[in-house]
Amino acid sequence: MRVVATIDVSAPPEAVWEYVSDPERYLHFMSGVTRWEVVSDEPRGLGARYRMLMRVGSAEVGGLIEVIEYAEAGDLAWTSVTGLDQRGRWRLRRRPGGRTRVEFRLSYGVAGAGFFGWLSEQIGAPTVRGHLQRSVRQLKRQVEQEQSRRRAATRRRARAGA
Amino acid sequence: MSDTRIADRAQTNGHATQDQGDGRGLVARLVSGLAEQVQSRIPVADLDERDPDYIRENLPRQWLLSSLYFRGEVRGLGNIPEKGPVLLVGNHSGGNLTPDTIVFTLAFCAYFGVERAFYQLAHNLVLSMPGLSFLRKFGTVAASHDNARKALESGAALLVYPGGDYEVHRPVWERHRVDFGGRKGFIRLALDHDVPIVPVVSVGGQETSLFLSRGETLSKALGLDRMFRLKVLPISIALPWGLNVGDMLGHLPLPAKITIEALPPIYLRDEFGLEPDHGEVYDHLMRAMQETLDALAAERRFPVLG
Repeated sequence: MRVVATIDVSAPPEAVWEYVSDPERYLHFMSGVTRWEVVSDEPRGLGARYRMLMRVGSAEVGGLIEVIEYAEAGDLAWTSVTGLDQRGRWRLRRRPGGRTRVEFRLSYGVAGAGFFGWLSEQIGAPTVRGHLQRSVRQLKRQVEQEQSRRRAATRRRARAGA
Repeated sequence: MSDTRIADRAQTNGHATQDQGDGRGLVARLVSGLAEQVQSRIPVADLDERDPDYIRENLPRQWLLSSLYFRGEVRGLGNIPEKGPVLLVGNHSGGNLTPDTIVFTLAFCAYFGVERAFYQLAHNLVLSMPGLSFLRKFGTVAASHDNARKALESGAALLVYPGGDYEVHRPVWERHRVDFGGRKGFIRLALDHDVPIVPVVSVGGQETSLFLSRGETLSKALGLDRMFRLKVLPISIALPWGLNVGDMLGHLPLPAKITIEALPPIYLRDEFGLEPDHGEVYDHLMRAMQETLDALAAERRFPVLG
């Protein structure tokens, strides 16, 4: 099952990247995620590993994931090492007016689970989709608020200097 | 009467024997034969029978059952130590079909991954029932000290229900009561292997049928306690049977909401000294579990619906 959530953020890709590449921020903006723990020596970058869990129905599902694509202010993708089979991707694209199109993709399933695997993917999809949509909305709000704070700080410094 | 028959009667103090061919003798022979069948079917403990791939492939099925039918909710899994052997001690509900085990096993395997060894002790009868051999792939082994020892020595998490058949068949009006029947063997087990105890409290399972009586007297009268280690012969009203005596064929559980909470681990020697008093540990555990069960029960607004 592949679930996608998209949103436009009024901030440049670099500002959004600060959030999606920082594992410490995940619990603050990701909906339904109960754990996003660094388990590798390097907390960021290609090969970084995290243990993540997302509440779906009666269980917290997820497992160990590894970052397999890390293009600054562009794409961040991961794949599962253990646990639920999953591939996730943050895709940031620059838009006119200093804006960013953010796309959050998550493909998941259990290989070999047959009909019941398919059925559980379908039934779980609305919950997962809801988590992703809330996550991108929370990401947008946090990034834009941070941008506002920075702009206000810049204005205060300019006034103080003048 | 021949000399041989007279000699036989003398050996049995004149009581009827199985050889006399009357009704009681026939029943006794049948029950005894069944007991032998059950004993022969009990699988030898082999921890290798647990199959992580099989569990993983069946997690979606369990998830459907747990999420849609029982609307399961499991809290406090973060209280379970991330690594190493641990003894999970739970209260048991739901008759011979125990929905709390289904919900908890799913939650545990999803949370820690199927790679973490996790075993559950079950009554001999459960493992010897036809069609339930798949449970061994989930890590279910017959309840015995030997199996428990092997599991903990292998570094696994082990789930035990000290109340066993006694607790699981308690009447529905005692559904919000933790009752191990005074069984404390798990404390010795935890001390012998120096592993923490994590209490696991569940509510809702005893609302999956209308359990009326444990039927202890009936079980004793029929000799089931000696032959099958069955202290009870439960009587309930359950689907699809109506009046259900023994629950040997299982039943269709009502879709009661199951809520489970794992409590913080108890490190016995740290908290109770090098040689803890078993009674003190037992009382502490009972108190903690009962208080949690009371709190979980207080959250429920309606029977079954939760």
